[in-house]
Amino acid sequence: MSNSPYLLKATSVQSVMLRVLLALLPGLVAYIWFFGAAIVVQIVLASLTALAAEALVLYLRGKPLALFLTDGSALVTAWLIALSFPPLAPWWLVVLATLTAIIVAKHLYGGLGQNPFNPAMVAFALMIVAYPQLMSRWPVPGAVDFATQWGIIFGPYANHALDAITMATPLDALRTALHSAGTLPSAPTTVVSALANNPAIGHLAGRGWEWIAAGYLVGGLWLMQQRIITWHLPTAFLATLFLLSGLASVINPADFAGPLFHLFGGGAMLAAFFIVTDPVSAATTPCGKLIFAAGVALLTWIIRCFGAYPDGIAFAVLLMNIAVPLIDMATQPRVFGYKKTGDDVP
Amino acid sequence: MSAFNDIAKNGFWKQNPLLVQLLGLCPLLAISTSLVNAVSLGLATILVMLLANLAIASLRALIPYEIRIPVFVLIIAALVTVVDLSFNAFLHDLYLVLGIFIPLIVTNCIVLARVEAFAAKNGLAASTLDGVMMGAGFLWVIALIGGLRELIGQGTLFSGIEMIFPSLSGIQVLPADYPGFLIMMLPPGAFFTLGLLIAGRNWSEARANQRRLNQLKQAEHPGDKPAENIPPFAA
Repeated sequence: MSNSPYLLKATSVQSVMLRVLLALLPGLVAYIWFFGAAIVVQIVLASLTALAAEALVLYLRGKPLALFLTDGSALVTAWLIALSFPPLAPWWLVVLATLTAIIVAKHLYGGLGQNPFNPAMVAFALMIVAYPQLMSRWPVPGAVDFATQWGIIFGPYANHALDAITMATPLDALRTALHSAGTLPSAPTTVVSALANNPAIGHLAGRGWEWIAAGYLVGGLWLMQQRIITWHLPTAFLATLFLLSGLASVINPADFAGPLFHLFGGGAMLAAFFIVTDPVSAATTPCGKLIFAAGVALLTWIIRCFGAYPDGIAFAVLLMNIAVPLIDMATQPRVFGYKKTGDDVP
Repeated sequence: MSAFNDIAKNGFWKQNPLLVQLLGLCPLLAISTSLVNAVSLGLATILVMLLANLAIASLRALIPYEIRIPVFVLIIAALVTVVDLSFNAFLHDLYLVLGIFIPLIVTNCIVLARVEAFAAKNGLAASTLDGVMMGAGFLWVIALIGGLRELIGQGTLFSGIEMIFPSLSGIQVLPADYPGFLIMMLPPGAFFTLGLLIAGRNWSEARANQRRLNQLKQAEHPGDKPAENIPPFAA
């Protein structure tokens, strides 16, 4: 479905991946500004692990090292893992997650272009099931300096001083407030009161978080302008999440947070432009993309509101990844000159 | 004696019930969370398979062909009940852990599969050996998976051994502050481990076949250069 003129130079995987990394930078800058430079350590760790794992598997499989190592796809996976993990996670958590993503989720399925599941999300889901406490080590914005953060990342695993400097993410805080509402004798908690009294909450969806999300939004729009991604996936994802959370909060404002909270909280923006848009594991037909992204948004919202895990994006993406072959098959566009249904005769 | 050799090899490796036939996955997923549990269930399965193959091989002339499956199931169920009650009487703590999975050996497809495919058609000695070796094939794989899951999942080995030998206790293999890896203790961990073991087995078989093929070629055309060293995981 490309526009004329049809003389096109195929974009290399490398240039696509490099531009995806560039587009992550605005969000990353906001991230560093609010949560400190620990994220840089995590990104370096994840990147080095990803490259080493990629090189090892490529060597074992007898594939050309230089070609695949420099295509940047492993780096994008590594960055997405680092950005979706809490910055104070111990170093081995990120290393283990990256190894899983590259070796298990990517190469055991056949390598670049063959993996049915988004590698970064496989790693995230595995780690949040295995280490729920470590995956909630989010610092209070601006609370600790870099030296302390370094000490936490490379320090012993059980660190009790952590409780003082970490806090619940906005999504977590909301869940805890709402779910404990029935058990506590205090005044009934509503979304409004839970958010109003929480130090984690900023203007839209959480101090710091909303600006990081805005950074991802800027980067994502640039990717769209560069035609790395089409409008279908992000728009369908964000619109569905907006409509669902908007509808729920209009009907029952006491128990459901509004659309801006959902769009700018958690990993929604990162997911919209960088995760559901994974060209390998997402649906590929225009109509299929809309269905896929809307499905991810629906599942994300359901898991956020009714599930046991703070953010449901990883699970939602993986569940929809399973459905991709079916979606793609059902939404094949009509080839010009052929009938929509029926046999292959034009 | 080569027939007996083949039976033994089939059960242990070539036709391994877990790695090749993929039978008995339900107890595998549920019970292989620790080495002690896995070995206990494996031993119980060997016992049942030995008795079942023995019973059916000796009764096969009397069992009408058309209703053989219900008869097999009844015989196996009776044997499993014996094993189940013995566990309850003599190893009560372990019985509480293994719980429903001992009675469920009845429905374990390995038992019925070996009875139907082997004991119903072969002599007494061969059938008994087949039961034991198929059970042993099940035992070593479930023990390996149980050991790996326990070690990676919580850093111990032989935990729960006091249920069988009260004087012994489990070993903390990895450092005490090892954070564990919960996913290995959950059913996905069993799937991952089994999948990797099956892949490892297929890989080593494929390598062996490739080597044999190269040797044959070499023997036919001695003048040719030997095949290039292929990378270990080339598709």
